[in-house]
Amino acid sequence: MTRMDESLGPSGAAGGSRAWRATLLTLGIFAAVAPAFLLESFQLFQLTMAVIMALAVLGLNIVTGYNGQISLGHGAFFAVGAYVTAILMSHFDWSFWATLPVAALVCAAVGYGVGFPALRLGGLYLALTTFSLAVAVPQILKHKALEDWTGGVQGLFLVKPDPPFGLAVTPDQWMYLSVVAVAALCFWGTWNLVHSRIGRALMAIRDNPTAAQAMGMDISALKTKTFAASAMVTGIAGALSAVAIEFVAPDSFTFGVSITLFVGMVVGGVASILGSLFGGLFVLFVPNIAEAISKAAPGVIYGVILILFLFLLPGGFAGLLRQIAARLTRRRP
Amino acid sequence: MNGLAHQIVAGIATGGIYAAVALAIVMIYQATHHVNFAQGEMATLSTFIAWSMINAGMPYWVAFFATVVVSFAIGVAIERLLMRPVQNAPELTHVGVFIGLLLIIGNATGWIFGYTTKSFPSPFHSDKPLAGGLISAHELGSTAVTLAVLLLVWAFFRFTRLGLAMRAAAYNPRSARLVGIRVGWMLALGWGLAAAIGAVAGMMVAPIVFLDPTMMLGILLYAFAGALLGGIDNPMGAVIGGFVVGVLENLAGAYVVGTELKLTVALAIIIGVLVVRPSGLFGRVVYSRV
Repeated sequence: MTRMDESLGPSGAAGGSRAWRATLLTLGIFAAVAPAFLLESFQLFQLTMAVIMALAVLGLNIVTGYNGQISLGHGAFFAVGAYVTAILMSHFDWSFWATLPVAALVCAAVGYGVGFPALRLGGLYLALTTFSLAVAVPQILKHKALEDWTGGVQGLFLVKPDPPFGLAVTPDQWMYLSVVAVAALCFWGTWNLVHSRIGRALMAIRDNPTAAQAMGMDISALKTKTFAASAMVTGIAGALSAVAIEFVAPDSFTFGVSITLFVGMVVGGVASILGSLFGGLFVLFVPNIAEAISKAAPGVIYGVILILFLFLLPGGFAGLLRQIAARLTRRRP
Repeated sequence: MNGLAHQIVAGIATGGIYAAVALAIVMIYQATHHVNFAQGEMATLSTFIAWSMINAGMPYWVAFFATVVVSFAIGVAIERLLMRPVQNAPELTHVGVFIGLLLIIGNATGWIFGYTTKSFPSPFHSDKPLAGGLISAHELGSTAVTLAVLLLVWAFFRFTRLGLAMRAAAYNPRSARLVGIRVGWMLALGWGLAAAIGAVAGMMVAPIVFLDPTMMLGILLYAFAGALLGGIDNPMGAVIGGFVVGVLENLAGAYVVGTELKLTVALAIIIGVLVVRPSGLFGRVVYSRV
């Protein structure tokens, strides 16, 4: 079912010729940049957040989708990334760009530390540990010992960076373009990762750990490194979100964030890069629609949609597209 | 010194509640090898059902037993309707369904009953301080209730034919089926029992932590810690683990980290167990045959 790798893309029909690819790339860049100049400020902010959520879902997809290790606590890495950037920007006056690599490294290190004990064992232990981590994070962020750095319950306020070199764009537009650029880089890197030798190893570990070990793979080391990489990508998304929202506070990083990312992954498509993009759009826009009904409605609707997808469409949106594409291109005798 | 004794006694009282929830988790784990992340939310829903019955004027103990029966039915229904169709699906599907349940039940209780914190009555009252003020009437009563539940569950599995059949179905489903045990229904019964135990835990903890839709999230975390500490495949171990976690949590909260980091204690216990002794204190080390 979901254990199929992405087949849309360069290896498919679209990868025929070089000219085709260049055209697609140009169109893609155009489609990504155009909204910055077409949308109203608030819509642009929402789209910025959708791209950020897509990036966070992509991080979760690396470890849960491709490597089969279930994490219910990626919201914790989202929080760590956001706080690293916020602290560096507000206490040390670092520029936004300089904080990104630091946030990425810190998140990778935290991911390695959390993943190491749990991933030696496999199975549910990672889900249990990450679940607990996600529940405990707001409490840790509020703690008095860290209050000087994290701002306690009040959180920290930030300011969006101004566009450099006197470019004629607003800070909102510049923010959107920066987010798209960073996200594109991460999506490209992840694409290369999962289509490489290591990527095949990750999927082999997911599908048959015993066989993978018999082939000489050090499965617990690979799983832990994958978890670190996945925490890093989600952490970068968190760092971007801190600047886009211009505010971080412990109560924005409850257990709900981790659940949101999980739902986004399942609905968008497990083990699918394109699916992560759908997931980001879904988690940003569906709650807005549902909230019109009631405060509790988004949660209930999320739950119902999650279970419906698992029962009826386990491949998510990306799986649905794949099925349609397969049906259209199937040759009839 | 009296302070320390009081912390330990209070820890045992809350530990009994963690032990009950840990037992509910381990019961489902033993039969299906899945951890029910929605166990806490199910217990919260049960507690809200009890709260509505009591508010409607029902005597406490009538409402208590009615809630246990209703929760049992809800547990059976969830297994039949949601878990059975995916029983052979991969791990991720199971976790997904549990998370879906958690979202639906958690938010539906908020939707129906509101997010304001409510007080929940305790059936145990005492006019004079017990044991020189060492223990409150509710602590003593709830410890007695949870111990009675644990004892009942143990006796059920140990001495009844049905309990034996359920153990057989969990231990070796195929052979159990061959001797005529209806394995599917045994699983549903297990879910019902787990939901009923969770309901008792919810009703016993609600007077202490107050009732709101997220009441059980922290308690579920301690129950996980207890289950892992005792060994996730050993019901007796999980119960002991629950009590130990209750005492540790209270002592750490009083003397080491303060109340603001109590949840982090659960996280630290979980990670500590996984690093030092992943099978828990009483669990079996599993060797898998390739």
